[in-house]
Amino acid sequence: MDLNSLTIHELQEKIRAGEATATDIVRDVFTRIDAVEQDVHAYISLMKDDAFVEASRADADIRAGNLRPLTGIPVALKDILCTKGFRTTCGSHILHNFVPPYNATVVEKLKEAGAVFVGKTNMDEFAMGSSTETSYYGITRNPWDLERIPGGSSGGSAAAVAADECIASIGSDTGGSIRQPAALCGIVGMKPTYGRVSRFGLIAFASSLDQIGPFTKDVTDCAITMNVIAGYDSRESTSVPMDVPDYCKYLSRGIGGWTVGIPKEYFIEGIDPEIMASMKKAIGIIEGLGAKCIEISLPHTEYCLAVYYIIAPAEASSNLARYDGVKYGFRSQDGRELLEMYKKTRSAGFGPEVKRRIMIGTYALSSGYYDAYYKKASQVRALIKRDFEEAFKRCDAIMTPTTPTPAFKIGEKTDDPLQMYLSDIFTISTNLAGIPGISVPCGFTGDGLPMGVQFLTGHFEEGKLIQIASAYEKSASIEKSRPGL
Amino acid sequence: MEYEPVIGLEVHAQLLTDAKIFCSCSTRFGAEPNSHTCPICMGMPGVLPVLNRKVVEYTMKMALATHCRINGACNFARKNYFYPDLPKGYQISQYADPLSEHGYVEIEINGGKKRIGITRIHMEEDAGKLLHDEHNPLSYVDLNRTGVPLIEIVSEPDMRSAEEAAAYLRRLHEILVYLEICDGNMEEGSFRCDANVSLRPKGEETFGTRAELKNMNSFRNVQRALEYEIKRQQYILEGGQVVVQETRLWDDSQGVTHSMRGKEEAHDYRYFPDPDLVPIMIGDTWIEEVGKSLPELPLEKRERLIIEYEISPYDAGVLTSSRALADYFEEVARLSGKPKIAGNWVMGDVLRFLNEDKRDIKNCPILPGSLAEMILLIEGGAISGKMAKEIIEDMYKTGKEPREIIETKGLVQITDEEALKKAIEEVLAANPAQVEQYRGGREKLFGYFVGQVMKETKGKANPALVNELLKKMLAAS
Amino acid sequence: MKITKDEVEHVAHLARLDFTEEEKEKFTSQLNDILMYVDTLNRIDTSGVEPMSHAIALHNAFRDDCVGESLDSGLSLANAPDARGPFFRVPRVIES
Repeated sequence: MDLNSLTIHELQEKIRAGEATATDIVRDVFTRIDAVEQDVHAYISLMKDDAFVEASRADADIRAGNLRPLTGIPVALKDILCTKGFRTTCGSHILHNFVPPYNATVVEKLKEAGAVFVGKTNMDEFAMGSSTETSYYGITRNPWDLERIPGGSSGGSAAAVAADECIASIGSDTGGSIRQPAALCGIVGMKPTYGRVSRFGLIAFASSLDQIGPFTKDVTDCAITMNVIAGYDSRESTSVPMDVPDYCKYLSRGIGGWTVGIPKEYFIEGIDPEIMASMKKAIGIIEGLGAKCIEISLPHTEYCLAVYYIIAPAEASSNLARYDGVKYGFRSQDGRELLEMYKKTRSAGFGPEVKRRIMIGTYALSSGYYDAYYKKASQVRALIKRDFEEAFKRCDAIMTPTTPTPAFKIGEKTDDPLQMYLSDIFTISTNLAGIPGISVPCGFTGDGLPMGVQFLTGHFEEGKLIQIASAYEKSASIEKSRPGL
Repeated sequence: MEYEPVIGLEVHAQLLTDAKIFCSCSTRFGAEPNSHTCPICMGMPGVLPVLNRKVVEYTMKMALATHCRINGACNFARKNYFYPDLPKGYQISQYADPLSEHGYVEIEINGGKKRIGITRIHMEEDAGKLLHDEHNPLSYVDLNRTGVPLIEIVSEPDMRSAEEAAAYLRRLHEILVYLEICDGNMEEGSFRCDANVSLRPKGEETFGTRAELKNMNSFRNVQRALEYEIKRQQYILEGGQVVVQETRLWDDSQGVTHSMRGKEEAHDYRYFPDPDLVPIMIGDTWIEEVGKSLPELPLEKRERLIIEYEISPYDAGVLTSSRALADYFEEVARLSGKPKIAGNWVMGDVLRFLNEDKRDIKNCPILPGSLAEMILLIEGGAISGKMAKEIIEDMYKTGKEPREIIETKGLVQITDEEALKKAIEEVLAANPAQVEQYRGGREKLFGYFVGQVMKETKGKANPALVNELLKKMLAAS
Repeated sequence: MKITKDEVEHVAHLARLDFTEEEKEKFTSQLNDILMYVDTLNRIDTSGVEPMSHAIALHNAFRDDCVGESLDSGLSLANAPDARGPFFRVPRVIES
């Protein structure tokens, strides 16, 4: 039946019409997984048995007329989200056997909404990466071209949706880890405003930057999923006590009369010419919808990467100190005494990229360097946030390419960390300022690789993001092709 | 060359909240290992801290009670280091932006008063407990204590002797206990003290090299350790040597401090503001509210009791050793109108009974009202002081009112002159030889007659009346 | 600002990480590249700018002083690499 290739809203129609059951849907999903997973490797763990049990339960609900926002919809979870009683690895050797005794808040919310969990998806270790090549559990391949990366760090979640190995998935975004893979895999990915979605149960990378968000096949599905996962959580001090609007109300509102800012600093040397061309086309589409595109400036753009690569590793170096082999996870058997045990455990338990970032972070916070690095970066961060606040006084939304290039080849950038970091150049500023952002497909390269356009709005204006993204998506009519797996 | 000691103390006090500082686990002492833990205080992946409001209030109370300035905004910081009793690999504490600063307490020393400055008071979380295996190179970790709220009180280096340090410590202790925010138990670890001590030539302004002292688990040990360390440093300096900056552990059994040099390394804690917690803003309204809830503090209470009830400073000291005891005394004093007498009974018999039982005044079976009544009965002459000693013991054992006990035991004092005269007549008639001797000049026999009259009346005769009547009747012949 | 191999060793110790000589060389050079890149921040005048530690201005996020359920100690210890009875067991710090 290929129910796995449909969207949430299409499946909900079929369910309401009695044309499909939750069990039918989950069966098609697992059939698809059987067919393509050995090539794509989107998942670290599958929850097949539980999924069928949950689908049964969903079918009972459906028969009783008890339809919740995601009843019977198969959803995949990035393995950075704690799932009670089910192994959660964060893509790392050091958590290879960790079974959380609790669920992340987002997982609880999805469950309450009736979602059926398919499995835990692959990711860069501890969310540190842009290609899903640093996972201890192997790489994930881009469904559009198996020789290429799917993006990262939520590469597994993106690939799973792109390959129809689930209907929607959840990822996390610290510097672009949802939006960049969404663009490279040709799907929709949103990073909400900082504090909009609860971080409780999200294994922390950089606490002041991390956010959880959805990967979906279209903007409508994104709105449906955001309705479920957004909201205040008293278990998180940085959760914002604001009501969640019905994001579906923003679909098809149109953007007539809007002003959309095009930041001149984002159109630089080194952007792939096809992406440049697709952006120009996208600008045309936006104008065709009745919006006015103006050039704006975000003057501190050139410093975003530097600020990010101090703050994120600094926070990470502290967040990852708990992985010491004492309470959970991997412990090296070679340590005869405590100091040795710590060093051997962490050295064997973490991969090189994680160690690199822990080193940068520890250095940036160390005695004598705190002012020069961490404090300085925090000050520039305030200036970056101010750039956006100023810009949003003049425009309703900002539009940029999501990535400078389409998906690069596996192994192409692994030896050059700095080059790898540059692939996040358009997404990082969003996390630093805390504003929300969405990536929407805007076409394919000549080689058939997906490209994405990014929209940004002010704090807590996810509704407006949905508004512009859905208007663009409808008008752009990017061909709904599927990867030829 | 005369040297003067310069001492600063760092006190950590566990706060008496029901729940921990960042999670809802119980803070109760003595539970099975690792049973008062949850993913949050255990530092599991993905968890987040949320601050217990009561911790802020209790810290504010201590800040106000010690004349500190409360900062309008304060923040938590992470103190990063690795140790098995620190599950997150960092302690959540306060660094650059503490809750309060620049206060003081007054101590009584050498018959006068001295102010000891308090640099800061801030909030932080406690770590777990590490137990060492006796035979093998292994340690055992119990995380029950991680996340119990602590306040850290840092003094200015204002103390100049071990005695002053002990007085400061006792003052802090009594304030904390009076505020009911800490139980002040040094043996159980809810009140801990580290000291910094150095010596400098008298009259000099610059500080000498200091040693940090740890592992002093009682007031006496703090004083002993400081006295020893001062002597040790003096010996070094007098010998022309240099004091090494280091951490030293107090060894109670040997009465010396040992260097920890070699085991200790300079820690780089890499403090930075905790991104998982948001700033605490404290406005004037909240400060006022907390200020209003402060009880009368020990120093002020003692001064008031001395003036209001005209009791001695010593008595005031004993009666204010706990807030509950002071309240008890005042209630008895108020109800009886006889503060000095009330003080004597409370400090004497009542405290004695309680100490024997190891009971707290809060659980005293004698209610203040009952004790006041007893005092009034003595004043009114219904019972004698001697009888009261018996009655009060009964009151403690049974919790009954004095009147009930008096009735049951028939202990009403005899004040009827006719009845007493009769008793005296009978005694004199029964002891003619002694009467003659007394009248002949042996005045010491008077006591014998008093005793006999008391025996005759089964102890119920009013002694003053007996004396008066006996004198008269013996004089007459 | 150049980071030396000695500093790399010191930082590694702070972070409780061990590296081979080869890894130390590689790390030193990679870290230097990254640090030189972030040195560009020194070009910016940030005098008078408050460091931003939170993206959204919140304050006073509190919980009530109520005792909730703790984890069953079996669950607390379930993930322990080495547990002995109700305790986590670790190698001892070797004192010199």
